[in-house]
Amino acid sequence: MDQFILQILNGLDKGSAYALIALGLTLIFGTLGVVNFAHGALFMMGAFCAVTLSRLLTLSHTIVDETRTDFLGNPLKVEVPYLYDIFGESLGASIIDWAVPLSILFAIPIMIGIGVIMERGLIKHFYNRPHADQILVTFGLAIVVQEIIKYYFGANQIPTPAPEAFIGSFDFGAVVGIEANKIIYPYWRIIYFLFAMLVIAGVFAFLQFTTFGMVVRAGMADRETVGLLGINIDRRFTIMFGVAAAVAGLAGVMYTPINPPNYHMGMDFLVISFVVVVVGGMGSLPGAVLAGFLLGILESFASLQAVIEAVPGINQIIIYLVAILILLTRPRGLMGRKGVMED
Amino acid sequence: MGILEVKGVGKRFGGLQALGDVNLSVAENSVHAIIGPNGAGKSTLLNCLIGKLIPDTGSVTFEGQSVLGRTPYEICQMGISRVFQTPEIFTDLNVMENMLIPCFAKRDGAFAMNAIGSVTSQAEVQDKAMQMLEDMNLADKRHMLTGSMSRGDKRRLEIAMCLSQDPRLLLLDEPTAGMARADTNNTIDLLKQIKEERDITIAIIEHDMHVVFSLAERITVLAQGTPLVEDTPENIKGHPKVREAYLGESVD
Amino acid sequence: MFGLAKKDANLLLIVAGLVMLAPFILNPFPGESAMAQFNAGYPDLMQRFVIFGIFAIGFNLLFGLTGYLSFGHAAFLGVGSYAGVWMMKLLTINVIPAILISTLVAGIFSIAIGYISLRRSGIYFSILTLAFAQMSFALAASVLTPITGGETGLQTALSDPRILDSASSGGNIPSPAIFGMEMRDSAELVLGGWTFTFNVGYYLCAVVMILAFYTAIRIFRSPFGLMLRAIKSNQQRLNYTGLNTRPYMLACFVISGMYAGLAGGLMVSMDPLAGAERMQWTASGEVVLMTILGGAGTLIGPVLGAGMIKYFENIFSKINESVLHQWFAFMPDGLEDVIVAMLYPFIGKGWHLTLGIVFMLVVIFLPGGLVEGGQRIGAMFKRKAKADDKSSANVEPAE
Repeated sequence: MDQFILQILNGLDKGSAYALIALGLTLIFGTLGVVNFAHGALFMMGAFCAVTLSRLLTLSHTIVDETRTDFLGNPLKVEVPYLYDIFGESLGASIIDWAVPLSILFAIPIMIGIGVIMERGLIKHFYNRPHADQILVTFGLAIVVQEIIKYYFGANQIPTPAPEAFIGSFDFGAVVGIEANKIIYPYWRIIYFLFAMLVIAGVFAFLQFTTFGMVVRAGMADRETVGLLGINIDRRFTIMFGVAAAVAGLAGVMYTPINPPNYHMGMDFLVISFVVVVVGGMGSLPGAVLAGFLLGILESFASLQAVIEAVPGINQIIIYLVAILILLTRPRGLMGRKGVMED
Repeated sequence: MGILEVKGVGKRFGGLQALGDVNLSVAENSVHAIIGPNGAGKSTLLNCLIGKLIPDTGSVTFEGQSVLGRTPYEICQMGISRVFQTPEIFTDLNVMENMLIPCFAKRDGAFAMNAIGSVTSQAEVQDKAMQMLEDMNLADKRHMLTGSMSRGDKRRLEIAMCLSQDPRLLLLDEPTAGMARADTNNTIDLLKQIKEERDITIAIIEHDMHVVFSLAERITVLAQGTPLVEDTPENIKGHPKVREAYLGESVD
Repeated sequence: MFGLAKKDANLLLIVAGLVMLAPFILNPFPGESAMAQFNAGYPDLMQRFVIFGIFAIGFNLLFGLTGYLSFGHAAFLGVGSYAGVWMMKLLTINVIPAILISTLVAGIFSIAIGYISLRRSGIYFSILTLAFAQMSFALAASVLTPITGGETGLQTALSDPRILDSASSGGNIPSPAIFGMEMRDSAELVLGGWTFTFNVGYYLCAVVMILAFYTAIRIFRSPFGLMLRAIKSNQQRLNYTGLNTRPYMLACFVISGMYAGLAGGLMVSMDPLAGAERMQWTASGEVVLMTILGGAGTLIGPVLGAGMIKYFENIFSKINESVLHQWFAFMPDGLEDVIVAMLYPFIGKGWHLTLGIVFMLVVIFLPGGLVEGGQRIGAMFKRKAKADDKSSANVEPAE
C-alpha cells in the first residue's frame, strides 16, 4: 500500500512538469494550429531565468577582511554580494536563499515577452504553411536557443538549490495518518506539484471566466467564425502564445532544484511532452494535464524493482509504448475533440 | 435490374435520421440525377455509395456485388469513379502527370512495385494519357501545373482522369457548384458528349435545376432522407410533391 | 544512358566524377599552407561525406517524395550498424556480408515500424516514428546490452568466432577488409606541396553511394515514384483513383529504411564500433537537417546537405579563438578583438548555432533548400543574359 502511494507521489513531480509543458503545447496547437518544437526550449529558458536571477543576486564585490587570514598569512579577501550592502547581511542572505521562488516574478514578464516576440517575429508567418514546415522551423529555433544558452552558461548542469527551508524530506505517511517512516517525500517535490496545480487552475480559470478566455476558446473551436465576427483573434492568439510560453517557463523555473538545468533539458522534455499531448488528445487542455500526470505516474510505477525484474527495460519505454498503443487504438487520444487533426 | 441497386438503406447520426428507407435503382447507360433540398441526405447517400460511410441498414450493390465495407480504392477498381464537389486533382503535378496516374492505376491495379522502369518509357500508358488529353482538349496544357488552372479546366481534367479508368459508373457530386455560367454550360456539354461517345452510366447529385434538366433521363427527388418520387424530368417538373418539398422550403 | 533521361544521366555522371575525384577536389590547399585546415580530403571525413549522403538520399526518398516526415530514421541506421558488427564478429571480417545484412536487417526492422507508423499521417506519423526510435535507443542502451554492448557500444574482439576466416592474424584484432584489402589501407600521391590520399574504404563507400544515387534517380522517375509524389499531393484523390496508398507508403518507407541500414553497414565497415547514441533522436534530426538544407524532393539536394553539414561539423568546428586572432591579426588590436568576439560564438564549438540559424533561414526563405537557391541564382543570370541579348539583338524579329 505505502509502496503504491510512494510511487504515485514519485510520479507527481515529473507528471507535473509533463502536464505543464503539454498544457502550453496544446494551448499553442489548439489556438494557433502550430506544432511548436521549440516548446522544450521555452521550458529550458525558464530554468535559466532562475539561474540568471540567482547569479544576479549573488553579484559580489571583494573586500578585505583584516580579522582573518588566508593560508599564506595575508589578510583574507571575501566576496560580499551587493545585496548585503543594500539589505543588510541577514535579509540579503535570505533573498539569495529564496532565489528560485523569486525567479517566478522575474520569469513571468521575460517569458511572456519571449513568447510574444517568437509569435510575432516567426510563428505568425507559418500559420498557412504545412505542419512539416512548422515542425522544421521551430526545430531550428530550438537548436539556436539551445546553442545560445550553451554559449553563455556552458554545457554542464548548474546546481540551483531550493530555499533552505524546503531542503530535505518529510514523512508523508505520518502527515496523512498512515504508518510513520514509510513514505518519505522531499519537500520541494510536493511544492512543485502544488505549484503546478496552481498554474493549471490559473490557466483554466483564465480561459473559463474571462471574456478573453471565452474568445480564445471559441477560436480554438472554430477560428474562421470568430474571425468573421470581427474579433481581433490574432492579437489574442499572440497573447495566448505569451501565456503558453510563461507556463512552460514557470515549469522550468520551479524544476531547477529537482534537476539542475543544462542546455539540452528542453529537448529531453520536449519529446516526452509531445507524446503526452498526443496521448491526451491534440487540442484538448484537460487531456494534456491528465495524460501528463498519468504518464508521470506510470513511469514511476514502471521503475519499481519488481516491475523491472518482470519486464526488463520497461521503465525506459513505457511512455512510448503507451503512446503507440493509444495512437493505434484511439487516434483522437484520451480526450481529443473530433475533427482536430485526426489522420 | 439496374447497374447500381440501393435497397432499404438507412443511416442515423445520433438522434438524426439522415437517411430513412432509401430504395434506388440506376439503370445501365442512363443518366440518373438525385436532387433534393438542403439536408435531404444527398451527401450521406453518396458517401454510402462510395464506401466513406457504412449504412446502418440495407444494401448497396454494383453489378450484383455489394460495395458496403469496401475501401474507396476497391470500389474504384470495381468500376465506380467519383468526381468531387471541388475538383480533387494533384495540384503539385502537371497535367500530364495527373493524367498518367489513373492510367497506371488502370493498367497495374491497386498496387504495383514498378520502381525501376521510367515513366516516360511506358509507351502504351503515355499514349493512352495523351489520347485522353486530346479528347478533352487539354493536350496543349499538358506541361502546366494544375494548381494554376481555371476551375473549369480543373473539372475537365478531373473528369478526364476518372474516364481514363473506363468506369462503368461515373458519380458526380454537384459538378458545377461554384462555377460561372459559362463554365457550367461547358461542363454540361462535356457530360453530354461523354454520354454520347461512351457506354457509361452517370449518376449525378445536383442542386442546380438547369444542370439536372439538361442532362438527366431519370430523376429521384430526395427529401428528409427518403426518396419522394422517381420519374422522368418532364413528369418531375410539374409534380406537386416536388413543388411542395422545394417550395415549402423556400417560402418559409 | 543507363535507362536515364539525358539530364539525369548527366547529373549522375557529374556526381560520380566528383565523388571519384574527391581526394583531389577536397584537398585544394598545399599541406603546409595556412589554408590547409580547410582541406577535407582525408579518408575519415570523405567516408563520412558519402555515407551520410546515402543516409540522406534514403531519407529524401521518403520525405521528399511523400511528404511523410520521419523523426526516427536514425533507428534504422543504428540497427544496420549492429547487424554489420555482428556479421564481422560471427561470420567474417570481410565487409560484404556485413553491408548486405545491415541493409536487410534494417529493411525488416522498418517493415515492422512502418506497418504501425503508417496507419497515421501528418504529425502523428512524425511522433510515432520518434517514439519508436526513442524506444529502440532506450532499449539498446539498457536491457539489450548483451546484443548491443550498451553504452560502451558493440565492437569486434579477438575472441570472436568469425567462422569463415582462417586462423587469426597473430594476436591483433583483424581490421575490416574486402577480399584482403583493409579498409584503412591508403595510397598516397605527393605532388609538390600537396598530398592526396586514396583510401580503400572511401572508394568502397563511393561506389556504393553512386549505385545508391543511381537507384534513387530510377525510383524518382518510375511510376512508383510518381505515385509517391501523388500521395504527397492529394491522398484522397489517389484513393478514389483505385490505388491502395498503404503498400506504396510501406514500400517507400522500407526502401528508405534500407538506405539508412546500408549507411549504417558502411559506417561499421569503416570503423567496427556501433554505439546506441547513433539511434538517438538528435541523430534523426541531423538527417532531417541535411535533407532540408540541401533541398528536399530534389535528387542532388540531400547529398549537398550531407556534405555541407559534415564539412562544417569537422572543419568549421576546428577553428578556435587563436586561429581567429591569427586571421584578423592585420587589424588594429581593438578592432581585432571586437571582430573575434563577434565571430567566435558562431564558429568552433558554436558551429551548431550557425547551423541552426542557416537551417531556419532556409526553411523560412528557401523551402527548396540550397538547390532552389542555386536555381534562383542561375535564373537571375539567365534573365540578365537574356536582357543583354535583347538589347544587342533588336533587329531580330520577336518570336
